[in-house]
Amino acid sequence: MGKGMEHRAGSVMVVGGGIAGVQAALDLTELGYYVYLVEKAAVVGGVMAQLDKTFPTNDCSL
Amino acid sequence: MLTNADLLALDGKPGDFTVKIRQRPRYIDADACTACGLCTQYCPKHHVDPYNEGLALTRPIHIDYAQAVPATYYIDPSSCLHLQYDTCQICVPVCQSHAIDFSQQPEEIELKVGAVILSPGFGKIDPATLEKFGYGKHPDVVTSVEFERMTTASGPFMGEVKCFSDGRHPKRIAFIQCVGSRDLGCDNGYCSSVCCMYAIKEALVAKEHDPEVEITIYYMDIRTQGKEFDKARQRAEAMGIRFVRAKVADVTPWENRLQLTYATLDGRHEFVPFDLVVLSVGLESPRDAEGIAEITGIELNRYKFAKSDTFNPLATNREGIVVAGAFQGPKDIPESVTQASAAAGIAAGLLEAQRGQGIIHKSYPEEQDIGDEVRIGVFVCHCGINIASVVDVHEVEESVADMEGVVYHTDSLYSCSQDAIETLKKTIIEHRLNRVVIAACSPRTHEPLFQETLKDAGLNPCLVEMVNIRDQCSWVHAAEPQAATQKSEDLVRMAVAKARRMQPLPAQTVPVTPRALIIGGGIAGMTVALTLAEQGFESVLLEKGKTLGGNLGLLNHTLTSKETANHLRKLVDRVKKSKKIDVLTGAELVQMSGFIGNFSSVVSRDGGKKEETVDHGVVVLATGGHEHRPDGYLLGKNKKVLTQQELEKRLAGKARNRAPDSVVMIQCAGSRGDDLNYCSKVCCNHAVKNALQIKEINPDAQVIVLYRDMRTYGYAEDAYREARLKGVVFIPYDLECKPEVYEAGRRLHVKFFDSLLQEEVDMTPDLVALSVGIVPDGTEELSKLLKAPLTDDRFFLEAHVKLRPVELPVDGVYVCGLAHAPKPVDETIAQAQAAAAKAAMPLVKGSVSVDPIVSKVDEDKCIGCGICVSLCPFAAIEMIKVGKKRKARTISASCKACGICASHCPTFAISMGGFTNEQIISQIEAFGQVTEQETAEV
Repeated sequence: MGKGMEHRAGSVMVVGGGIAGVQAALDLTELGYYVYLVEKAAVVGGVMAQLDKTFPTNDCSL
Repeated sequence: MLTNADLLALDGKPGDFTVKIRQRPRYIDADACTACGLCTQYCPKHHVDPYNEGLALTRPIHIDYAQAVPATYYIDPSSCLHLQYDTCQICVPVCQSHAIDFSQQPEEIELKVGAVILSPGFGKIDPATLEKFGYGKHPDVVTSVEFERMTTASGPFMGEVKCFSDGRHPKRIAFIQCVGSRDLGCDNGYCSSVCCMYAIKEALVAKEHDPEVEITIYYMDIRTQGKEFDKARQRAEAMGIRFVRAKVADVTPWENRLQLTYATLDGRHEFVPFDLVVLSVGLESPRDAEGIAEITGIELNRYKFAKSDTFNPLATNREGIVVAGAFQGPKDIPESVTQASAAAGIAAGLLEAQRGQGIIHKSYPEEQDIGDEVRIGVFVCHCGINIASVVDVHEVEESVADMEGVVYHTDSLYSCSQDAIETLKKTIIEHRLNRVVIAACSPRTHEPLFQETLKDAGLNPCLVEMVNIRDQCSWVHAAEPQAATQKSEDLVRMAVAKARRMQPLPAQTVPVTPRALIIGGGIAGMTVALTLAEQGFESVLLEKGKTLGGNLGLLNHTLTSKETANHLRKLVDRVKKSKKIDVLTGAELVQMSGFIGNFSSVVSRDGGKKEETVDHGVVVLATGGHEHRPDGYLLGKNKKVLTQQELEKRLAGKARNRAPDSVVMIQCAGSRGDDLNYCSKVCCNHAVKNALQIKEINPDAQVIVLYRDMRTYGYAEDAYREARLKGVVFIPYDLECKPEVYEAGRRLHVKFFDSLLQEEVDMTPDLVALSVGIVPDGTEELSKLLKAPLTDDRFFLEAHVKLRPVELPVDGVYVCGLAHAPKPVDETIAQAQAAAAKAAMPLVKGSVSVDPIVSKVDEDKCIGCGICVSLCPFAAIEMIKVGKKRKARTISASCKACGICASHCPTFAISMGGFTNEQIISQIEAFGQVTEQETAEV
C-alpha cells in the first residue's frame, strides 16, 4: 500500500490504453507534457491489437 | 505507463486534479523479465486465452502476444495454482532472471494531473443478444471478433478458417449484420458505424484464403460511408461476395449445417443452409462506463456512452476532462486516432502555462573524439532461443576474433535487456570502443535503443552498425543451422568492414518559424486557428470569400443542435478578437516554397490587386467543399426541384407553403457511381433532418425518401427511426433502376420502382429534394502548389489512412474538414482540433531535427546536370548557383534518405550519411574475401 504522491506540473492522465489512448499519450508528449497512461489490462493496445487487418486498405494492424 | 491499473477517485479542478489509482500486481518484476517465455512452457495449468477470444489455451503466466507492450509476462491470478491454492510455484526456479515475485501487493498511487483524457474504448454486446442467432448453442456460429482471430496468421489456427463442430473447411459462410446494433430489443438503438466495413474486410480476407468459398452478407443498409469505403464494397462485389438486403429471423442446426431463415423486403421468406455463420457484433458502451462516470462526474447519454455536443464533440460537462475514441460514440480507427490527437491538443491548450514543466530532459555526456585508431566491439545476441537455437552464437562470436580493428567481442542472452544495455555502456567506456557492431535483430525496431546507448556512453550515435542475424538467419534458415551460422558470420564480417569506415555524423536541426498558415475560413479553418491560439501560437487565416463561416453559414440547424447560427456568430467573433489570428479575406495562395518549419508563401488579395508574403512553419488545408449540381434531375431547370441545402433554407423561412403536402427526396442524386463515385456521408442525415422539419411544420405532409442505403450511422439512427415513426416513407432503389424526374405539361413527375409493392409508381409531388453530395473546393490547384497527392475523387490523400489521418505525405502540411473527405460538423471540428494539435508539434519543438543519414552533395564532383533534382520524389534537392556554376544541394529537412539521387548521380558526387560508397564497397569486398578462401580450399 501507498507509494506516496507524485506531483509533476504539466502532466495529463489518459485513462484507457487502446489506440485512442496511446495516440493521445504520444501526441501529448510531442506537445510538451508528461503523461500517465492508465490501463486496466496488463498490456496496452486494446482491441486493435486483436485485429488481423484493418479496412479499407486491409493493412496489417500491428 | 501504469498497466493493470484501475481509476479509483478523481478530485480537484482543471489544472489541479488529484487522482487515486490502484495498480494490481503482475507478480513479475518488469525490470528483470526478459520475455523469454520459459515460464509459460513450464506452467502446468491451462488458462482460456481472452486475447484469442477464448479460441485458444494459454497458461496463467503468459504474455498476450509477442509484440505486447510492456514486453513483460504477467500472472493471471484467477487461474494461477499458487495464487488460488497456495501450491505449485514451478515458475519461480525456472525463471533464469529471478523475475517472479509472488509477494507483490496491490499499490495505491496518488497523482496530480492538470487534465484528463478518457479513452476507455468500447464493450462487448451481451451474449443474450447473440443467442437469438444460435450463438452459444451451435459451435459454428461465431462473432466477427472470433472470426478475425481465426483468419489471423498469428492466431490460434494460423489463419485457417474452419468449422468448430468438425474441423471441416466451410464452403458457405453467412455474415449477419446489425447484431446488437439498430436493435431496440437490446436497447442499442444506435448504429455501431464500423460493422459493415469490417464484415466486408473479413469477407475479403476469407475469400483470399479460399477463393472457392461462397460468402453472403445479410444487411439492412450497407453503411460504408467513410472515405474510400464504397470502393471496398465494390471490390467485394467484384470478388463475388453477395449482398442480400434482408432481416435474418433465426439460425437453426440442420444436419451438420446451419439453416438461416430470413425475410426480404418484398415479403418473401427464404431458408438457406450455411457451414459457418458470422455475427457482425456492434460496439457496446464500455462495461465500466457507469463507474467511470461516477468517479469522474461526467454525464453519459442514454446508451451509456459519454454525452457529447455537436460543437464541442470531445468536451464533457466537467471542464478539464475530455473524451476520445469509441467512448465518445462508436467509431472506427482513423476517427479514434483523429479524436485522440484532438483531445491531446485540447488538454495542451488547457495547460498552456505549464507546458514543458513536467518533461524530463535527458542529458548526455559530451561526445568523445574518436581519434584515428579503430577500436571495434562486436556483440552477438542469443535473443533467448530465437537466434541461439539455430545459429551457433559462439562460433559467430569467435569468427571476429582476428579481424582488423576488433578489440572486443562477447555474446549476450538478450542484448536489448536493461542489464545488457548497462553492460554495453560500461564496456564501451572501459575498452575505449569507438565503433560498435551488434549482431541481433532488426535495426528497424532496435537501432534507436543502441544509438541511445552510444550517446549515453559519449559516442556519436552513428557509430553503431546492426546485423540482423535473427530475421535473416535463424528465422528464414531455421532448417539449416550450419548454413545459418555461416551466413551470420558473413554478415558480421561485412558489418565489421563497414564499421572500420564509419564516421561520426553531426545531428542537424533547422529552426522553425512559429506561425501557421491556414487556408480556408470555414468551421474547420477557424477551429484550427482558435485551437492553435489556445496553445499560444500565431496563425494567418486565408479566406477566399469576403466573410468567414463557410458552409456552416448555410445550415439552419443540425440533427442534434438548434444553435448553429448562434455558435457560428460566437466563433467568428472569437477569431476576429484573437490577437494571435490574422484574418485575410479575399485572399488566395498563389505560391509556396520552403519546407517544414520554413515555408514562405505568396498570397494574392482582392482578385490579384495586391500580393503579400507570409512566412510560416506549417500549413493547414481547410479549403472545404460545396454541394454538387448533378444533371438529369431538372435541378436548376424546374423550380420545384431543390437541393437539401435549398430545402433547409426554405423550411427555415416564413413562406406559408414552405412545407407542402407532398415531397419526394432522392438520395445519392449524382453520388455513388452516378456522377461522383463516392458517398458524401452527410446527405442521409440531411434528408432525415429536413423530413422531420417538414413533419414538424406540416404533420400531414407526405414525405417519401428514395434511397440506396440509409446511412444514418451512429446516433443519427435515432432520428431515422423517429422519421419512420412520424410517417416518413423510405423506399430503396438500385443504381440500375434510378428514379426519373420529368415534366409533363405543367406538372413535375417522379417515376420510380417501388420495391415494397414490386411495381412502378409515378407521382406528381409539390417538391423534389435532391441529396446531391459534396465536391471539394480548389484541391487540384493546391495539390500542384504543395506537391501533395489527391485521391481519385480529388480529396487530399493523407500520409497514412489510419495512423496519420490529418497529416499529408509532405512534412509540415496538415488537412481537415471537407478537403479531406465529406463529413458532418462534429467530425469536422474534431478533425480540425486534431490538425491543430499535429501542426503545433513542430512549433512547440522550435526546431526540426534531421536524421544524419540524409544525402550530401560533393560540390567539387557535381557537374550540375540536375538529374537528382528531377528524380527526387520529395523535392528535397535544389539547384543553386555557386560562383558561375550550377550545383545541386540537399534540403536536409525535406530529405527522406531514400538514396535515389546517390544511385543515379553520374559523377558519384552524392553520398548518403551512414551509407557512403566506400562503406558499401568495403562491405561487398568483405563478403568476397572468405568466399575466395572457401573456393581456394575446395
